[in-house]
Parts: sequence; C-alpha cells; structure tokens
Amino acid sequence: MEREEIKNKLAEIIKPYVQDMDAFGNISETTDLLQDLKINSAHLIDVVLDVEEAFDIEIDDESVEKMITVKDSVDTILACVTAAG
Amino acid sequence: MNRRVVVTGLGVVAPNATGLENFRSAIRAGKSGIEKIPLLEDLKFACQIAGIPDVSEELKHQYFDELTVKVLKSTGIIYGSIAGIDAWKDAGFDVSSDNEIDWDSGCVFGSGLTGVDALRDAIYGVDALKVRRLGSRIVEQTMASGISAYMGGILGLGNQVTTNSSACSTGSEAISMCYDRIKLGKATRMLAGSCDSEGPYIWGGFDSMRVLTRKNNETPEQGSSPMSEEASGFVPGAGGGALVLEDLDSALSRGAKIYGEIIGTAVNSGGQRGEGSMTAPNPDGVRRCILQAVDSAGISPNDIDAICGHLTSTMGDVIEVDNWSKALGRKGTDFPYINSLKSMIGHCLAGAGSIECVAALLQLEGGFFHSSINSENIHPEIEKVISKNKIPHSLMEATNFDVIAKSSFGFGDVNCCIIFKKWNNN
Repeated sequence: MEREEIKNKLAEIIKPYVQDMDAFGNISETTDLLQDLKINSAHLIDVVLDVEEAFDIEIDDESVEKMITVKDSVDTILACVTAAG
Repeated sequence: MNRRVVVTGLGVVAPNATGLENFRSAIRAGKSGIEKIPLLEDLKFACQIAGIPDVSEELKHQYFDELTVKVLKSTGIIYGSIAGIDAWKDAGFDVSSDNEIDWDSGCVFGSGLTGVDALRDAIYGVDALKVRRLGSRIVEQTMASGISAYMGGILGLGNQVTTNSSACSTGSEAISMCYDRIKLGKATRMLAGSCDSEGPYIWGGFDSMRVLTRKNNETPEQGSSPMSEEASGFVPGAGGGALVLEDLDSALSRGAKIYGEIIGTAVNSGGQRGEGSMTAPNPDGVRRCILQAVDSAGISPNDIDAICGHLTSTMGDVIEVDNWSKALGRKGTDFPYINSLKSMIGHCLAGAGSIECVAALLQLEGGFFHSSINSENIHPEIEKVISKNKIPHSLMEATNFDVIAKSSFGFGDVNCCIIFKKWNNN
C-alpha cells in the first residue's frame, strides 16, 4: 500500500473527530492531531480503533503513543501493514 | 429573601409526540403512543406493547454531531438531550458549543437505566476478550450521570450538574431539587428533567413481576387505562422531559415567557413500613407528602383545581385516588378534576415525572385539561370515592384552573408532589 493512499484513508478516518475544519483543509504530514486538528484527546483512542479496523492491523501501545502528527501516524500504519505482509 | 420560582422553558420527547407543539396537539387530541412491539413478542414477553418515542436519524443530526450520532446507543440520553436542548432554547437561551459558561445555571437531570444498550455492547466486548476495543464512549453512556454530563457540556452549565434517581418519581424529584436550589439562592436557573431508555432489558424484570398488562397485545391503544375497571397492569414506555426553572426576578428582568409558577413541593418516603413495601406505597407517606406540598405552597387543599396523577393503570390507582381524597379531605363532586397522561403514553419510568409535569404546565397555561383516555368504565372502588364527572373522557376547554397538583411515586416507597400555579403577572 502506497504512502499517499494510506494518508488519504487516514484523513477520511479522522475527519469526523476533527474540531478545526480549517486546519483539516490544510492538512499535511506535519499536522498535529491534537494541537492543530483539535481532536479531543479522549477520542484519540477511537481514531486508533477505527484505523485498526480499516487497515486490518493492530497497533501496540508504544506505537499509539508516538502517533502525534500525520507523518507519525502514516509511518506507524505503514510499518504495521508491511509487517502484516 | 423569599425567592419565587417560575418555569420559563419546556421540552419533551414522548411516545405520542416529539417536540413541544406536537406534544401539545397530541395530548389535546388524546392521542395514544402505545404500539405493538414485535421484538417483545419474539422475546416471549407476556406484555408485547409499549410506548416508544419516534426520533428519526435526521432529527438526531439536528441535536448531535455526526460522531455522537454514530456512537450514541443510549436512547434515554438521546430523548433527554433533545428535551433539554429544546427547553433551554424555548427559555430563550443560546445553544452553541462556543457560548460562554453560565455559572448561575445548572441542572438536575434524572435517569433510570439509560445506558443499558451501551452496557450490553461493553459486556459482550469484555467477555469476548476485546476490552481494548471498547473505545472512549462507553463510560459516558453507562454512568448514571450520563444525561446530566451531556446536558452540562451541550449547554455550558457552570452551577451544579447532577443526576438523581428515585425510580418512577425521578422526574418530579428533579424538579423539586431544582426548585430548592433556586429558593436557597444557590442558582438563578436550573434545567430540571428526566429520561429513560426503552427495551427488553429494562422491561424484562417488570414483565416477570407481572406488573405489566398482558391483556392488550392485540389492542395496544387500549392497553393503558388508568382508573378503569379494565386496568390490568402498566404499559412500559420511554422518553424524556425537561423544564427550565428560573428565579422570578431573573425571568421578569429578561422578559421571559412564563408557563407557570411552582409554589410548593414535597419529597418523602413511606419507609416501606405499614402497608408500604419495595413496590407498594405506604398510604401514610403519600398523604403526608401531598399535605406537605400543599402546606409549603401556602394554600388550602380546597384551592387545588386539578390533579395530574401518577395513576399507572394498576390496582394502585384505587389506592392513589383514595390517598388524594383523604389527604385533601375532599370527595365526590367536591374532589378536584383528575387525569392521567399515562393513559396515552404508558409509564415512562424515570422519564415519567418530567414528561407529565410538562403536560401539567401546558394544561395550566393553555387553559385545558386533557382526556384521561380508556377510563370510560371507572373502577367501582374509585367511583365510591369521587364523582365520575371529575375524570374527563374528552378534552376540557377553557378550564382556567389556577392550581394543578402533580404527584409521582416510585419503587422503594418514595413520593413526590409538586404544586403549580397559573402565572397571572402578580
């Protein structure tokens, strides 16, 4: 799965959780999920669960903690997808 | 300082109507919201009829963001929130996520078992070893105070925000608690309400106790018949009601519409002593509660023009009417007019008191008294106490009642009585 494809799919997943739609309109790899998109930190776990379901992967706790920006998240998903073969 | 408390906003989600104007039309028309529920038949319930509000997906989107609509399994929270938001708007307040916090406004919003469907998912998830997949939205729906937590956040309330729970007297008790808080000067306005969810997991225990009617599965609209000889058990229901209670000075200063004044309330318990038990009220407790409410209102029992009873369509109706008669010292043609909204919507459990108080205020303000449907064959024991003319079988217009009393009683032998007075600008 290509990086760009993962990024687009990720954007679709996080869209309903985003509280700053202007920031979402300018989303890039450096966008911070909590700081920029204003996603409620309690809901971040729901984003992770939705990502796991959409990509059919399981993200370990250590990796979840590193998912701060879009880039971190795409890297994590890519690693899991690749590992899953 | 002797503060006065008035009602400046109403909202309701009931089995026979959603929204205040629809509800007003429905109760004026004597419209039943009771239907046959195929799920109850499939699950082998003896009672297969119930009153469930009609709330479309489209309507939900007008009150909640998309994400919340997706995850919200607790219908009680949905009904309560819609009623609460409607009441707040009806009182003239802004409902938007960026409005400023109001430190002088709070809520007591009661519930029964609102989160049972969310809890069911959680139980299945945990037992399937998938606890990590429960997500962040289970707790807020399964905690007892889920509904007040939703209301506090949606409306930006900064005063006390809590949930009370006292079975079928929950809604009226919430109003009494909010009234006290404003009287004490601890809040300027309070959202008082209650709600309950529907479904087999909530109603199963009642079905097993044989307190639900079993005789009306093919005639659902006749199933709830308070004060009638045919009363054979209550019809379960669900929904939510909400009232904005406000300090009179505040209401007057902002020119708010006033539905009526609350002039007295009482809450007590019969202690499950004497004839009282977990499920039956101790008559001494009920009568004391009624008289305490009358006393606190500073009126005479003769000043009560009408009663919106608890009246569930069980044998308890006979006892309730007798208690009213003995407490007020009034019988026969001297007895106040009396009706039961449960005849149209069934028994909405924790939601009942607030929905019925919304109806009481609409009747007081609108100068009408709704039909107590399905009561044509009055129970002979009731007719021994009060004149049959005191129970309306059709809509009464131009009633111009000045004082309406509302009672609610609940499992655990708990009682509540509220006295509403027509607002005459003085």
